Amino acid sequence: MTRLGHLMRKEFLELRQDPKLFGIVIVAPILQLTMLGYAATTDVKNVPMVVVDEDRSVESRELISRFDASANFVVVASATSIDEVNAYLDHGRAWVALDIPADYSERIRRGEQAALQVVADGSDANSTNVALGYAGSLVAGYAREVAAAHGRGQPLPLVGADVRVWFNPRLESRDFMIPGILALLLLVVTTNLSSMAIVREKELGTLEQLAVTPLARWELITGKLLPYAVLGMIDVLLVVSVALLWFEVPLRGSFALLLAMCAVYLLSTLGLGLFVSTISSTQQQAMITTSFFFLLPMVFLAGFIFPIENMPDAIQPLTYLIPLRYFLVILRGIFLKGVGLETLWPEALALFAWGAIVLLLATLRSSKRLG
Amino acid sequence: MRKIRAIGVKELRQIVRDRARLVILIFVPALLLLLYGYALNFDIRDIRLAVKDQDRSTESRELISAFVNSGYFQLIAVVERDEAIVRLIDRNEVRAALVIPPRFGRDASTGRRTTVQVIINGDNANTATTVMAYALTLVSSMSARYEVQARLGSPAGPALVLEPRVWYNPELRSALFLVPGLIAYILMITAVVSTALSIVREKEMGTMEQVRMSPIGPLAYVVGKSVPYFVISLLSCIGIVLLAMALFGLPMRGSWAMLVLAISLFLVGTLALGLLISTLAETQQVAFQIALLMSYLPTLMLSGFIFPITSMPPFLQVVTYVVPARYFLVALRAIVLKGVGIEVFWPDLLALVVFAALTLSLASLRLKREWA
Repeated sequence: MTRLGHLMRKEFLELRQDPKLFGIVIVAPILQLTMLGYAATTDVKNVPMVVVDEDRSVESRELISRFDASANFVVVASATSIDEVNAYLDHGRAWVALDIPADYSERIRRGEQAALQVVADGSDANSTNVALGYAGSLVAGYAREVAAAHGRGQPLPLVGADVRVWFNPRLESRDFMIPGILALLLLVVTTNLSSMAIVREKELGTLEQLAVTPLARWELITGKLLPYAVLGMIDVLLVVSVALLWFEVPLRGSFALLLAMCAVYLLSTLGLGLFVSTISSTQQQAMITTSFFFLLPMVFLAGFIFPIENMPDAIQPLTYLIPLRYFLVILRGIFLKGVGLETLWPEALALFAWGAIVLLLATLRSSKRLG
Repeated sequence: MRKIRAIGVKELRQIVRDRARLVILIFVPALLLLLYGYALNFDIRDIRLAVKDQDRSTESRELISAFVNSGYFQLIAVVERDEAIVRLIDRNEVRAALVIPPRFGRDASTGRRTTVQVIINGDNANTATTVMAYALTLVSSMSARYEVQARLGSPAGPALVLEPRVWYNPELRSALFLVPGLIAYILMITAVVSTALSIVREKEMGTMEQVRMSPIGPLAYVVGKSVPYFVISLLSCIGIVLLAMALFGLPMRGSWAMLVLAISLFLVGTLALGLLISTLAETQQVAFQIALLMSYLPTLMLSGFIFPITSMPPFLQVVTYVVPARYFLVALRAIVLKGVGIEVFWPDLLALVVFAALTLSLASLRLKREWA
């Protein structure tokens, strides 16, 4: 036990000697979460729109002002003919164009159907889809008003839909994304720390010195793990505070459970790093392995931005290999749904097992002999 | 020039000797694109639905089958009680629930207003917005049918119809939008990862002293270091683009020369960024940490890859100007999807040139100070 204590003391001393690293590990996650938290919105706002008003009537201006007044669209320009729209879309100065036909007001007054044309830039398919949806419901609602004002039909549909969105009634994508960013930041920072831990000593030749000490393999791994775990938990507290106090993400579940689960998660991220560190012979190898084979899959396949249920059936089973997948379900469960272990135990168990297995592998692989 | 070549040849020898690294730098990017190109999409279908039908009439069954037949919803469970809905949503077994009130059929067919309830799991706001839009469309088209039956609405249909036309990507396939983003992302990570350790490594191992004593200037050293990686990454990137065209139907509407120019400018900038990180750090660990923090999340979230920059708050839009992938993405999408010429995206290319010049000169300045 004293041997373990000495090793841990050595690790802490090394961390203290590298103030740059210490600063990065503490400051960068807070800074990044604060900025990225604002970026992570899939809501489509302020879509730049160009208007071709061929009618120039009170009615057409009324319709245009409806678009402009909504938070989703901003009318940036008006063109005289549909041919001019081309240039706006090519340059990306506008994403959508609304074309109001010359007989628009006449048809409205006569109670005939009028067709509005919307041209959209599909290169950002996701946003365009959402924007077209907004345009559709805006026009549908306005059409009902117009029809009711002319005594045809009622202002309200016969069958209404009462939509209730649970857990996130304002459909704030931030509340959903921030726990994810938090998890990824922890992953990046802690995996990096531990992935260099052993290979660094190999490359610098100091592992030889450790090899002649009576340190057991599990002691080497534990002694490397615990100091980083302490650092990781400091990071957890910092980023969780930013999420709760700065972004006011609701925490509906238990705070203690949240911290406990973060600790289990750190076990798997640090364990993963240590494992990479034991199988690499240079730090560069460790970096390439970590970034390509572990971090990139976690960013894309864990359900952080892209829902797993949308993925093809062949790829979905792969996601079970990713610890972040379980942690995201746990985090979102605790933050947004306020559920506890009674619902989350399968994920918690999987996460714990993942950490335990990878640590075991790291211990088995860490031969103290070189080469 | 000879000095640059000497450094370049030395670096290339080191890369080639480390066979595994060479293979990774050339082939892994393509492999990643292959995997993620298939995995990632925003197209939402087969939304798992629970139904609580308190009416059990012809009309209520009609509404349920309208949901199922739309192709967007998949009926998972028919429940009797509200608690069952809570349990199903808590456990992620369903994403949405449809609650049909008693007397729904009688009200709808006799023209009395009635309301169905749609409950959506909002934990993923993006998916929830789409699910909501599908549900609202289905309910309102059923409503229109009953209005005509009850002689309330005009049989001619709604007074206004919207005719959408989508350019550049008429089927709104999310692959066409995501694949260019993925290309930029993978390129950025590969470039930064391959150079971030290259200088600091020599510092840590003590071989930097030898370079310092040689008659090679800092700029020649930095340029020489990046040339081999530039060639490797350029080849690998062109491979990725061809792969994307063959497998994901990525079109090529613009000019190849422009594409290669844009890729080259972006690569020089990102490789130089890696080198700059390498000159700033004292240990490989610090370099790795900075490289990761500067590339992984910022490129993912601030480049317009997934989240549109126009939707971000103004101060953050300013921050995105220092993310090089932002400019590359505009140029890449403009070339392959829109097929427009340089007159449209020259400001973005210019920004890439400025970024590359800035990082290269900062890296060599920093090295000069260290060597002095």
